[in-house]
Amino acid sequence: MLKATPPNPNPHTPDSQGRFGSFGGRFVSETLMPLLIDLEHAWQQAKDDPSFWQAFDAYARDYIGRPSPLYHAAALESHLRTHKAFKGILYFKREDLNHTGAHKINNCLGQVLLAKRMGKTRIIAETGAGQHGVATATVCARFSLPCTIYMGATDIQRQAPNVQRMACLNANIHAVDAGTATLKDALNEALRDWVQHVDDTFYIIGSVAGPHPYPMLVRDLQAIIGKETAQQLQDKGHAHPHYLIACVGGGSNAIGLFHPFLADTRVRMVGVEAAGRNTTDGNHAAALTLGAPGVLHGSYSYLLQNEDGQIQPVHSVAAGLDYPGVGPEHAFLKDTARVDYQCVNDQQALAALRLTAQKEGIISALETAHALAYVIDNAETFEKDAVIVINLSGRGDKDMQTLAEYP
Amino acid sequence: MNRIDGLFQALATRKRAALIPFISAGDPTPALSQELLNQLPSMGADLIELGMPFSDPTADGPIIQKAHVRALRNNLSIKTIFTMIQTFRSYNSHTPLVLMGYANPILAFGIDAFFQQAHKSGADGVILVDVPIEEDATFMSAAERNALCVIRLATPTTSPERLRALLEKARGFVYYVSIAGITGTKSADKKDLTMRLRNLKKHCPLPVAVGFGIKTGADARLVAEHAQGVVIGSALIQAIEDNLSQPQRIVPEVAQKMTEWRKAIEEAQS
Repeated sequence: MLKATPPNPNPHTPDSQGRFGSFGGRFVSETLMPLLIDLEHAWQQAKDDPSFWQAFDAYARDYIGRPSPLYHAAALESHLRTHKAFKGILYFKREDLNHTGAHKINNCLGQVLLAKRMGKTRIIAETGAGQHGVATATVCARFSLPCTIYMGATDIQRQAPNVQRMACLNANIHAVDAGTATLKDALNEALRDWVQHVDDTFYIIGSVAGPHPYPMLVRDLQAIIGKETAQQLQDKGHAHPHYLIACVGGGSNAIGLFHPFLADTRVRMVGVEAAGRNTTDGNHAAALTLGAPGVLHGSYSYLLQNEDGQIQPVHSVAAGLDYPGVGPEHAFLKDTARVDYQCVNDQQALAALRLTAQKEGIISALETAHALAYVIDNAETFEKDAVIVINLSGRGDKDMQTLAEYP
Repeated sequence: MNRIDGLFQALATRKRAALIPFISAGDPTPALSQELLNQLPSMGADLIELGMPFSDPTADGPIIQKAHVRALRNNLSIKTIFTMIQTFRSYNSHTPLVLMGYANPILAFGIDAFFQQAHKSGADGVILVDVPIEEDATFMSAAERNALCVIRLATPTTSPERLRALLEKARGFVYYVSIAGITGTKSADKKDLTMRLRNLKKHCPLPVAVGFGIKTGADARLVAEHAQGVVIGSALIQAIEDNLSQPQRIVPEVAQKMTEWRKAIEEAQS
């Protein structure tokens, strides 16, 4: 089903300028450049400091609940065998079981520890589905830091439970009405906040997007997903996975799962984007599949834009995928053909969410359901006994309202 | 000599700072925007910054964001902006004009084609809001090939080492961002700004123009005492926004504001 897979063409990415091949970089105003350079230095030091990782590991275990289980999804597997000529072995990496219900907290824990180390006293973040906002508000509560979360007004409407959770955690929620009032606009506003509070504020970006060093920093923190998966598969008697599947909005859960395996040519990887209502302009969010390279939010990557370089409105039923860009490392992995990027539409995702809930008793997030849908709808294409790991990146409690709107 | 260097040399002998208004191309309508552009020199503008609208202007506050939205609603493209400049140049051959914008529309147009056509249409320089010195090499070489200045920005967070590095290839003038912030919000503390500008001048052989947070005549006068250029953006755009319901008021309102700022700048020298 997939082409032969080249190894990670350059495992030591990004380079000193934050470039993954030609992608990435730092396209920000001069005011922010010194802050990004400080952050990069602080991360290089923390990364090589065993005491940083001791603290991270302790909270990861006792606060987040890591390692997250690698679950053999036998019921869905058996359903697919019966109805779809599926012959593979299906695992879920259960990031939905983390504290706060998604992979987002892995990154927030690492970044809040870094913020503390750097002596920052105020946190800001953007959020789409609200998962990153909740995770940020959570670690800020735990580490006694005030935080402001930027969220598009449209997303505030459709992800109300997460807004209530953030409020309960004492976060200051800032509704963004500009543009399409979704994740892109929340990011714009968070960047504007940061440039106005350069002395005391740490910006916890939630995905492998934004200017260098964020794509690297977030990847390094999310790579725990793939590292655990490698160990857990071995414990179950599998030398390696054959397929890794994850949804891609900005792309942090996908990079987290993929990254530790990039050098292993036996492992094929599929990133699943949101094809939304259909694949005409304004109706989807498939930046890698249907976009063109450009600069947004500080980095050079694939974007959904018109011929004048203006950013296009996007749509996905999943608020966390409703973003016109994608992390620059994904752009690099696409162009080098190391990862295969596919897309799945709203209806496929909704159906996959429901089927997985009915068969496995697991309600995934709508974002995650895109990865599930890819496997379900292509079930017959996987080889016999292929070990398939889907990153079950988040749980779907937040999506009940949307589900009711799409019966 | 290019128009920018010529202007600052002439003003240096007259010991006066340049008045540099910013307007967003296509705002509020293409026709009114053209009229404003054509008339700015007679209103007192020494150099004009012409904004190229972008859907996601992260360095701008609400006032200029709305100007970009209005311009984009009129489907304003870079091609239209070049036509605007050509028309302007048929009336005016001496006032320097600098384009200001974000990277992505230029990338979509093509860097080389952009600088070629910018030069051909009669622009003198380009300010790249979201392209710091680490990322501007391809823009710089295209600008050089086409005899355009890339105006570099310095800010309160720029260290002396960075300043040295950015001055190396700076052309025309240095745009000093007076606050760590976005356009059209807070103003710099007077004492603080004066000190920082004195310090900057020690290291900077080029003229310095100051922007962000300059609203009133008094703001303009203070900056004119310590810098070679005074950039006024949001305060001018606000005059456009305030008169959207009676567009015939826009040109006279802007003219009146320009007169105030120009008077304040001239007073700074007396």
